[in-house]
Amino acid sequence: MRWAATRPLPVSTANWPVAEMNVHVADSGAALKVRGLSVAYGDKPALSSVDAAFQQGRMSAIVGPNGAGKSTLLKAAMGIIPSISGDALFFGRPLDEVRSRIAYVPQRASVDWDFPATVIDVVLMGLYRSLGPFKLIGRGQRALALNCLEEVDMVSLADRQIGQLSGGQQQRVFIARALAQKADLLLLDEPFAGVDAATEKTIITLLKKLVREGGTAVAVHHDLSTVTAYFDDVLVLNVRRIANGPVDKAFTEEHLAEAYGGRLVQPEPELA
Amino acid sequence: MGDFYIGLVLVPMTIGALAAVSCALLGNFLVLRKQSLMGDAVSHVVLPGIVVAFIVTGSISVWPMLLGAAAAALISALLIELVRNLGKVEPGAAMGVVFTALFALGVVLLEQSDTRQVHFDVEHALYGNLESLVWLSGMDAQSLFDRQALADLPPQLARLALALVAVVIFLIAFWRQLVVSTFDPVFAQATGVPVRLVGAALISLVAIVAVTAFEAVGAIITIAMLICPAAAARLMTNRLIPQLLWSVLFALLSAVVGFWAAGSGMALIGSGFSVSAAGMIAAVSGIILAACALAAPQRRGAAG
Repeated sequence: MRWAATRPLPVSTANWPVAEMNVHVADSGAALKVRGLSVAYGDKPALSSVDAAFQQGRMSAIVGPNGAGKSTLLKAAMGIIPSISGDALFFGRPLDEVRSRIAYVPQRASVDWDFPATVIDVVLMGLYRSLGPFKLIGRGQRALALNCLEEVDMVSLADRQIGQLSGGQQQRVFIARALAQKADLLLLDEPFAGVDAATEKTIITLLKKLVREGGTAVAVHHDLSTVTAYFDDVLVLNVRRIANGPVDKAFTEEHLAEAYGGRLVQPEPELA
Repeated sequence: MGDFYIGLVLVPMTIGALAAVSCALLGNFLVLRKQSLMGDAVSHVVLPGIVVAFIVTGSISVWPMLLGAAAAALISALLIELVRNLGKVEPGAAMGVVFTALFALGVVLLEQSDTRQVHFDVEHALYGNLESLVWLSGMDAQSLFDRQALADLPPQLARLALALVAVVIFLIAFWRQLVVSTFDPVFAQATGVPVRLVGAALISLVAIVAVTAFEAVGAIITIAMLICPAAAARLMTNRLIPQLLWSVLFALLSAVVGFWAAGSGMALIGSGFSVSAAGMIAAVSGIILAACALAAPQRRGAAG
């Protein structure tokens, strides 16, 4: 499967206008930029005037202690939860103009896996937006969904009920659904939470490949020990922005001490 | 097929089946969204709805009652969403709070107003009146083509047929939005699906269908059909479309077997009198659910 940097919602690969494919290559700016973003749950601030930028063609991590607002930042940027102030620009544009270039991968624990669907049913949900309400799912769409499952090594389980999967397999299904969206920017909420080592390796290898091919990935991440190995850039967050930039500059003892309140304990991965 | 068979058996049976299938189709989504209690909620708020409709219009004819009940059901659906979002409580708790409060309001209104003189038939509301929805002009197959005879068909038949058509159109038109926002609302919202609007549309349709069904067949069938066929169908399959088809089959089976058992079935076992068709239909749907829970291929715990 190809992963061009700038695809405007293609349904089949045959009819991509070549000119459009390269339209955005010239602007190598931020895939996502939030400015002055503030969010509160009740009267408790979750994000306080956060500025951050995630560059195109890079792998970025969002790190910080529990309750730092990492998932909140992604959700607020996507308009899933309301923000008090601030805005988010994707590829320099408001969300509604470029929604089809963005794939959002929610936390695995946020859905009921007992839902009556098979693995391929879930992956096909990634195509709903481009198909519209009435265009039926045909051979081409199924082939594309199987391709995406191939990328995460799940083809053999395509017809399995999703409730019968392990945590790692469920996460792979979510990643495959995001691949089916053929987006330029992947936003992942804790993609490695509660998954087995093999799945973590599969996912990180895949994400790195996508980024090499010009894509962009932003992941909420918990495991501080893998930040340097996995990511190019990092946002260190604790309600407010502590640091944002390349890992070697932003991911420092000093910034982490500031974010984690002096105790550099490895936080437990949170599931919900 | 004896005389009157169409009018006395087929017509009320069809009315029961239409109500059962409409409720069962929507019930699939209520069960998957953990909103199964919505049927109970709607059945309770019908009371304040018809009392207010009576106070406003002074009439006990069908349309003001239906509109009042439907309006109350819609208001309760909005209130439930509001309580859920503001109170950050689970949907079941929000429903419980709203429908008991509105039901109590209905009781108070009933006592305070002149409606005491009006006879509100509780039994009718609960068990419905399926056996009386007969078509006396429908003596034989000929009357199916007789315009005058057709005009005598119980109006509930057309109303429920219309409700079923509305349900089917809604499911087809909003299928993808409904499915994705039921399974993964966060993802759905990220892809631009108006998740709240879809949820509100579903609940509104449940309210309208439930109120239409109440008036024809009573609360018991309606509540049972919103939950039992869908819950039983979930145990038969692991895919959504087969689940919907199973739920329709179970709804039809309940309606036909239940209606038959309430009349002829009772005679067969030597009982001199028949029992409530609505009660029997609901009971059959419960038996189907119990059978599925015991023996169906995908029952929980056995699937792992």
